[in-house]
Amino acid sequence: MIKLGVPSKGRLMEETFSWFDSRGVHLKRTDSKREYAGYVKGIQGIELLLLSASEIPTELNEGRIHFGVTGSDLVCEKVPNWGQNLEAIKYLGFGFADLVLSVPKFWIDVDTLDDLDSAAEAFREKHGFRLRIATKYHYLAREFLKSAGVADYQLVDSQGATEGTVKNETAEAIADITSTGETLKANHLKILDDGLIHSSEATLFKSKSAFFSEEQTAAASTFLTLILGD
Amino acid sequence: MNEQKQIEIEADRILRLFSNSGAKIVQPTILQQADTLLDLYGEDIRARAYVTSDPFNGEMMLRPDFTVPIVKTHMNDLSENETARYAYCGKVFRRQEKNSDRASEYLQVGYEIFDRKDVIQSDADAFCKIKSALSDLSLKVATGDIGILMAAVSGLKTTDRRKKSLLRHIWRPKRFKTILEKFTDEVALSTKRFDNFDAEKSFENQAKKIGLRSKSEIIERIESLRQDSKASPISKTELGLINSLLNIGDKCPQALTKLKNLLPDMPALQSAIEKFEKRLTALDHANVDLSSIDFEASYGRTSMEYYDGFVFGFYSESYADLPPIATGGRYDALTKHIGKGREIPAVGGVVRPDLIVKSKGFETND
Repeated sequence: MIKLGVPSKGRLMEETFSWFDSRGVHLKRTDSKREYAGYVKGIQGIELLLLSASEIPTELNEGRIHFGVTGSDLVCEKVPNWGQNLEAIKYLGFGFADLVLSVPKFWIDVDTLDDLDSAAEAFREKHGFRLRIATKYHYLAREFLKSAGVADYQLVDSQGATEGTVKNETAEAIADITSTGETLKANHLKILDDGLIHSSEATLFKSKSAFFSEEQTAAASTFLTLILGD
Repeated sequence: MNEQKQIEIEADRILRLFSNSGAKIVQPTILQQADTLLDLYGEDIRARAYVTSDPFNGEMMLRPDFTVPIVKTHMNDLSENETARYAYCGKVFRRQEKNSDRASEYLQVGYEIFDRKDVIQSDADAFCKIKSALSDLSLKVATGDIGILMAAVSGLKTTDRRKKSLLRHIWRPKRFKTILEKFTDEVALSTKRFDNFDAEKSFENQAKKIGLRSKSEIIERIESLRQDSKASPISKTELGLINSLLNIGDKCPQALTKLKNLLPDMPALQSAIEKFEKRLTALDHANVDLSSIDFEASYGRTSMEYYDGFVFGFYSESYADLPPIATGGRYDALTKHIGKGREIPAVGGVVRPDLIVKSKGFETND
């Protein structure tokens, strides 16, 4: 059997299921909606694992699953140098979301990273601490800000409701995922003109570190031919 | 003999060498309060150090270097005029996000001098002490002097605001280049977008005020941008001079000549170049062969941002991929930052015994 990990809930799960469905691989959850278990119809030799989308990158990296579907943002965030152990097989055309850097709309003097850097300098002098950027994407945000040469900031961890941190005064800016920008707007935030950190899309990955027996290699190749066509 | 044993022997030998010359042996704790380090280095250090938490003391770090804890102790325990020399030996811990081949924990043996009297002599002493620990290896030596670059920026014919921006980014070469170019460009300096800025009206159309950054902070920044845009751009001639300075890379005596050639056009370099020349004389008196030592004007700019004067590094000649075997430099600004107003000139360096052993192994196999 080869192991296929897919997101265990929400729209990402539904869209993944229907993507495979239309290609003849029918992923099914067991009847109990609460049980995280499933099975596969339409092809032999594939075992379905329902996992948290944010754990799939690590599972692939460690080689505990052979294939997995998750957002490219999560892979880039959780697995530095992901190309070593993971291969992006197919971008699936759904689950689009952008990781962006946003500041209060009220900051009429800040539209670019260049502005942010200079505002951060003044902020630190005035308030005595580094300008705080709330995020759960620490690696991607840090790499992005570093390559832009932004100084005098710090990242603060926010695992949810990140858009609210500025109003709550636990951060001055945020780096978070958005698909329509509506939540940012509702929370009085705007995206910096050059604030796109990563464009994410649901992606099918193959683990290069997982062990493939002869039988598993054959199953994998049948699986890929079926879903990718020619 | 196994490699671990060899590394320990090297470490012992070097620590003894340092302490025999009168340095006091210090042993900072492995767990360090994270806030000082984070405040100093920002997120860069979080990417490079192991962060953990303590139920009582909050966020802690496995010490990523010895310099910061030693400066902390010195500034807290002694009067700022007190002269001191410290030696230490122990492990430092560095997260490796990019390159898993690099060690994440290794021994460092170091030597630090806190001395106000003769900073040039202290520079030479620190360099020679580190060099003496490496005497039997054939190494390439690179040096630099961040002070020269700082003097060049301070001497630019432009606004204090722009000089401050450039000085702030000396340790980020790419960003430094971008803003330097921006400051030479009339269009980039334009503040057209604030032409119709009216402190009261402009805010009315915007979303409501949220967060700590206040309206007056925003107005202040806009005003200072508008004020600054009235000053003429930095001239292309000055940009060219800074670039020729940054490109200097030669053996020390030739580099000195090249620096002196820039003097007529960059008189602000006068005192920094005199210091550099005096340092070369001090090194020469200590029997350092200057013709074998490189000087690169940009050297040390990508290391952790606290070196603000003389900087140096020793590299294996036969094993180019090896990280520097020893590094060091002057960090006056660090004592000032940690001393909160008090300061003392300080210089020092560290040696990595593991790399000495590796490099020796490479030389004998060669």
